[in-house]
Amino acid sequence: MRPTMPRHLISIDDLDRAGIERILDRAESFAEVSGREIKKVPALRGRTVVNLFYEASTRTSSSFELAAKRLSADVVSIRSVGSSVDKGESLKDTVQTLSAYDPAAIVIRSPHAGAAQMVAGWTPAAVVNAGDGKHEHPTQALLDVFTLRRRLGALDDANIWIVGDVLHSRVARSNILAFTRMGAHVTVCGPPTLIPREIEALGCQSTPTLDNVKEADVVYVLRMQHERMRESFVPSLREYAARYQINSSRLNPRQLVMHPGPVNRGVELSAATIDSAQALIGDQVKAGVAVRMAVLYELLVGTPTLAVAA
Amino acid sequence: MTTERLFHQSGPGADLLIRGAYVLDPRSDLDEPHDVLIRNGQIAELGAPESLPAEAADTLDAAGKHLFPGFVDPHVHLRTPGQEYKEDLRTGTAAAAAGGFTAVIAMPNTSPTVDSAAVLGSLVDLARREASVPVGFLASITSGLAGGELTEMADLRDAGALGFTDDGKPVVSAGMLRKALQYQRLCGGVVALHEEDPELSGDGVMHEGAVSARLGMAGIPSISESTMVARDGAVARHEDARVHFQHLSCVESVEALSAAKQAGARVSGEACPHHLTLTDEFVRTLDSRFKMNPPLRTESDRRALIEALRSGVIDCVATDHAPHARHEKEVPFEQAPMGTTGLETAFPALFTELVMPGELELSLIVERMTAGGALYGLPIPRIAVGEPANLCLIDLDARFEVGEDGYASRSANCCFHGRTLHGRVLLTVAAGRIAHRRPMLVSRAAASTGGN
Repeated sequence: MRPTMPRHLISIDDLDRAGIERILDRAESFAEVSGREIKKVPALRGRTVVNLFYEASTRTSSSFELAAKRLSADVVSIRSVGSSVDKGESLKDTVQTLSAYDPAAIVIRSPHAGAAQMVAGWTPAAVVNAGDGKHEHPTQALLDVFTLRRRLGALDDANIWIVGDVLHSRVARSNILAFTRMGAHVTVCGPPTLIPREIEALGCQSTPTLDNVKEADVVYVLRMQHERMRESFVPSLREYAARYQINSSRLNPRQLVMHPGPVNRGVELSAATIDSAQALIGDQVKAGVAVRMAVLYELLVGTPTLAVAA
Repeated sequence: MTTERLFHQSGPGADLLIRGAYVLDPRSDLDEPHDVLIRNGQIAELGAPESLPAEAADTLDAAGKHLFPGFVDPHVHLRTPGQEYKEDLRTGTAAAAAGGFTAVIAMPNTSPTVDSAAVLGSLVDLARREASVPVGFLASITSGLAGGELTEMADLRDAGALGFTDDGKPVVSAGMLRKALQYQRLCGGVVALHEEDPELSGDGVMHEGAVSARLGMAGIPSISESTMVARDGAVARHEDARVHFQHLSCVESVEALSAAKQAGARVSGEACPHHLTLTDEFVRTLDSRFKMNPPLRTESDRRALIEALRSGVIDCVATDHAPHARHEKEVPFEQAPMGTTGLETAFPALFTELVMPGELELSLIVERMTAGGALYGLPIPRIAVGEPANLCLIDLDARFEVGEDGYASRSANCCFHGRTLHGRVLLTVAAGRIAHRRPMLVSRAAASTGGN
């Protein structure tokens, strides 16, 4: 029996372990397509995918666009970064206008939690959350699980540390959920000002120091934004780097290092570690296209009866 | 000379015989079925069921229904002047009447702010034309709610202000608050406080806790409120001033209020139906109906509020009725304005969620829902001969889905929307006039009762 897919992908909570594995298995076959000279399959020929990005993005927007194109969909990409269109009402108006083109899917990135869920209420299209505020970024989590599964075989009982600014990170939230759902043990680590109170409710542990980071099989490093200093979350990048930078002095060679990008070289990660063999950062980027192809495919083709029903 | 401080439409008082309703008025020691005769807007006679002669043209068969003294809401936003697209005095008082309220106290955070006798005077005139339920007004403590300078508090009192508040915002400066409390010795009037430390609240949009951690939304910690309650309880005590704490939401604030009362401060507190019945778990839906300030907090906070309402540490229920237009609320949670409507659902929500499960006695809910005006010096509605008729008739057995028939309020941003509640308000008589009456409530012609 195949696990059923939800109609939308808003949150990792929309997927059980079997659902995650189904998407990853599908992504494996698309990864093979990406190795061919002609990297295209006709799965979504004649269907339209709208990418609606209300926030700057390089990796996510380009990989969603490539994913849809490699599935032969017609792709419309809209970038609306700025305050005048970054309002709820115009979001609703925009979505309803775009829905008139009868898209099969709308991929939405918004600076506000819950935006993707709202869009799902306004359109008959399948909605994929490409990041909503500091809430979730489920396709990032899926590509990270994909990358790790390829390297480790399985995530069961793996110790994964997520290090850095968890408070402001949608990646951290989706990844805690996805990693634990796949059987891993997750520890979050960072300055106490940047670790949310009661984060343990998500099923992880929390520690303010890297003292025990050698227990980790995988160290997942988050981006440290410069603006956090101005907001007094950390006194200086120098002190942050001294306490939390992941570098060769803190790592064993067997430990894997991941980062969602873009990296601040020399802040959260040392330059040498970024370029080392234990870093999976390039694999993560490469996985992005195949995993997003799989998400679109499973939502739009994998369960055609469900897609029609709604 | 007493200054008038409640304002409403004038008109002839009702003549009405309410037959056989179960009358519950804790302050009048009434707790059994009665006939209640209202003549020219006054309670003229009380008698055993079916004992009073049907002299009134209008006789209601109310057997099996409950008759309570009218509820008083010390905290509503009627959005007038300036935001009549959300609510005006007509729709706001219609919503009050639909909820069984016979008096409401309106907050001054309008546009312009109620910070001068001129603005207050025009509101008073408007209330006399439009308000079906008596409305009292608070004026702001500081001009434009800006925290910079005191309003002309004495003038505002003479113009009819019940008291003062910067509600929606805290009085950040303890020095400014202290001056207002000193000035209170001249002009009277309760100073009511929205307690929040803006530095601790930051960009918060919901309670800070496990749910905000999950949703990645900035949190408002409980200490943002409780530290200000503690501070201002001390200032109030030092000045021997009369201070009321608005919409308390967390266990730490209850503790701070209790400590201030025990220390002898003349302070009081209110709690809202949504804080008494809901928690931040509902915010997981990311539905902006659950966004209000102070935010929905945790189950232990809710339990502390219930216990404080029972013990009297919290003196009364207030709705913080805060209407917003649909297009304002139909945006992602973080962008939506704070506030829920509450007038039409206050009693049904408390009855369904607290009385029916046995958490609180019905008589206690009635007592706390009628107590809010007295904190501002208003008379308490009572069911007794000679009193003006301020009462509501409620069918406790009637179930309804909130919002199924729309709302009397102009706005629909109700956090109880779609929930099934018990306790439908059938009739509200406010200041002697019928302010709300369900069409389904049939009246018997006076003549037909003669044969019984």
